[in-house]
Amino acid sequence: MHIPDGFLHPAVLTATGVLSASCVAVAARSARRGLEESRFALLGVMGAFVFAAQMVNFPLGLGTSSHLLGGVLLAVTLGLAPAVVVMTAILLVQALLFQDGGVLALGANVLNMGVAGIAAGYLPYAMWGRGRLRWFAVVLGCLLSVLTSGAMAIAELILSGVRIPVALLWTTAALLVASGLLEGLLTLAVLRALLVLRPGAVEAAYPHRGHVLLGMLAVLLAVGMVGVASEAPDVLESLAQRAGISERARALVAAPLAEYRLSWAPSSWWSQAAAGLAGVALLYGVGVLLRRAVVRRRSG
Amino acid sequence: MHHVVLDEWNRRPGWLQKRDARAKLVVLLAYLVALATMPRLTPQAVIGFGALASAGVASGRLPALGVALRAGAVLPFALFFAAGVWLSGATGKAADLVVRSYLSAAAVLVVMGATPMPGLLRAMEWLGAPRFLVQVAHFLYRYLFVLSEQAQHMRLAALSRGLDRGGFRRSRSLWRAAGGALAVLFARSQARAEAIHRAMLARGYAGRLAELRNERMEAGDWVLVAAGLLLCAGVRTGLAYAG
Amino acid sequence: MRDSASGEPLIRVRDLRFRYEDGTAALDGVSFDLYPGETVAILGPNGSGKTTFVLHLNGLLRGDGEVIVCGLRLEKRNLEEIRRRVGLLFQDPDEQLFMPTVVEDVAFALLCRGVAPAEAEKKARAVLARVGLEGAATRPPYHLSAGEKRRATLAAVLAAEPDILVLDEPTTYLDPPAQRELLTLLASLPQAKIIVTHDTEFAEAIARRAVFFQRGRIIAEGSVAELRRLYGWTARPARGDTTAPEGAQPGSPR
Repeated sequence: MHIPDGFLHPAVLTATGVLSASCVAVAARSARRGLEESRFALLGVMGAFVFAAQMVNFPLGLGTSSHLLGGVLLAVTLGLAPAVVVMTAILLVQALLFQDGGVLALGANVLNMGVAGIAAGYLPYAMWGRGRLRWFAVVLGCLLSVLTSGAMAIAELILSGVRIPVALLWTTAALLVASGLLEGLLTLAVLRALLVLRPGAVEAAYPHRGHVLLGMLAVLLAVGMVGVASEAPDVLESLAQRAGISERARALVAAPLAEYRLSWAPSSWWSQAAAGLAGVALLYGVGVLLRRAVVRRRSG
Repeated sequence: MHHVVLDEWNRRPGWLQKRDARAKLVVLLAYLVALATMPRLTPQAVIGFGALASAGVASGRLPALGVALRAGAVLPFALFFAAGVWLSGATGKAADLVVRSYLSAAAVLVVMGATPMPGLLRAMEWLGAPRFLVQVAHFLYRYLFVLSEQAQHMRLAALSRGLDRGGFRRSRSLWRAAGGALAVLFARSQARAEAIHRAMLARGYAGRLAELRNERMEAGDWVLVAAGLLLCAGVRTGLAYAG
Repeated sequence: MRDSASGEPLIRVRDLRFRYEDGTAALDGVSFDLYPGETVAILGPNGSGKTTFVLHLNGLLRGDGEVIVCGLRLEKRNLEEIRRRVGLLFQDPDEQLFMPTVVEDVAFALLCRGVAPAEAEKKARAVLARVGLEGAATRPPYHLSAGEKRRATLAAVLAAEPDILVLDEPTTYLDPPAQRELLTLLASLPQAKIIVTHDTEFAEAIARRAVFFQRGRIIAEGSVAELRRLYGWTARPARGDTTAPEGAQPGSPR
């Protein structure tokens, strides 16, 4: 589910943006380190493959068809960190070239589908990928991947104050389960054919225990977000009020967020403009700094 | 196809096309942030942000109708969730969401219509995106159409053998055929990546991809940045409290 | 046979052997010389080791045996220099035009060598003009025609000022006028050339000498016409081929 711009609360945009920027920076680092020097050629071409693969339709009967999403396929064939980088690049190109997902919302979409979706989708494979349960792990992984990223997207929308009626929620959940299972079957069809054609491709990446941990973290994150979102529809507002931090938050945290409420009186226009610009600068600065900090710590 | 249209727009002789990608990216982000942080979209705000996007369309000599139609790509998602909001009773919020996402998409489309993808990716790197990611995206973009064409040929080959016909009974074999086709495409993509790697080595690549251009921002680019930021901030602050 | 067979060979290969990881022998004792200024065509059936052989000439593959390029032994420390001296053109232009625009692609080798960007761009544009593509400099390679792509890859290789050009199936994807264009362009270049091709007509027009590969070995050497006659190496039935002797068997050579 590619969330477009305009749906997410600035606080959600900031949080998901910072989180996914850090994750992708770490993934990019580890993907580059673990591989040959011009590996980005391979990753880019495999990203293009996922795009192209979406042109091959799988018939579902009744004149409908579906196509591959590719997250778990990438993780199984390339490894977790490279798959995260490739998926991020795919989401980036989709947002820019095809207006599929927003540009500001890219942080959220990358977190949902590029980071958590892939980590969760890789979890069963990291646990059982080498045994008899391998194919089951692939299908389960795809289901988990689609559910995780879908649940996170829904939670982000609800947190942003987009009310979703229960009926629609169930419809969405059903659609997610269906498309997750479908993705599993598609991925399975491709992997099995690939095993015949080019056995080395499937065994190229070896999962390890850290991947299990990351996958569990991703699932926990999704569950936690859904939990928080289900507590209150306008949870951001109520949280701020309950903690009594809203006053200070206005001054300290993020100007765009603080301005979000209509209730407080506008001051002069130039101070508002300054606050707005400061908010933008802050958003950007926090992202860059956090990314640098994480990268330095991980690489040091 | 969509990218062919964008390509044609990229080549138009507009003022916006000549501007530095970094300037356009900065103004785009300012526009999106201004729009995203609006408490509520009043009619004046819609007019204001619409006017900004239209200014972009005019300065890039882009077809207004084409931009308006193609920005509709967000409508399926927007309408689906807006319908939920509307059913919950918040009709105003529902309209707000649809218009906001539509205006955002239109702005992205204007910038994409006036900026070739490689330049935009370079601008993102300049803004702090990880270099490795940007390089992956470069190669993704470069081989997107090559591989899509290949997939298209395979699809035609499948169609010409009558693989689209047949009922539910045959769907199992159809799936196997489609899975096989994708596996072939996957293997070919990998082989292609290896060949690209070889071609890079053959020309002396030793681990660092150097940049050819280190363009300077010209006066026009600074005008765009200044005007864009001022207008976005002005519309944002001027209209947020006008209603 | 040679255009100007003088002095030391530019490329000297002795008893080169190479096995792929799966154990198949791709090269089984190849010896070969290339002299300054000459053009040699490499003919032979698919899978006979032609491409594997040319990949050795700038160190993309490393087999057993002696490979000396411009007096430099094929070793890791000479690799950079050898890759500068030997310009390698692959069969599929899409695989070697990997940069966003044509001029960036042509400047790639220069930038890799540490030439300053401004200098590299100037030079790249000059080389593009040389192959008649000055108008396409800032276009993405995807939009070029097959002939333009081929000329762009040639420009990308020429930008590094190699002493030797190695072309693997340069006429694939090209229509006859584009082939003719390429022929004229290649003939005007002073470099020694090795051309791997199935197109004997093209080979004959550009190369005086040819070698014939089979199962990883060079089994014959001579003029293109001789080899064609010897192995029935022609796409059309022998009847229309005036150079083929009566009763020659088209297809697989014995």
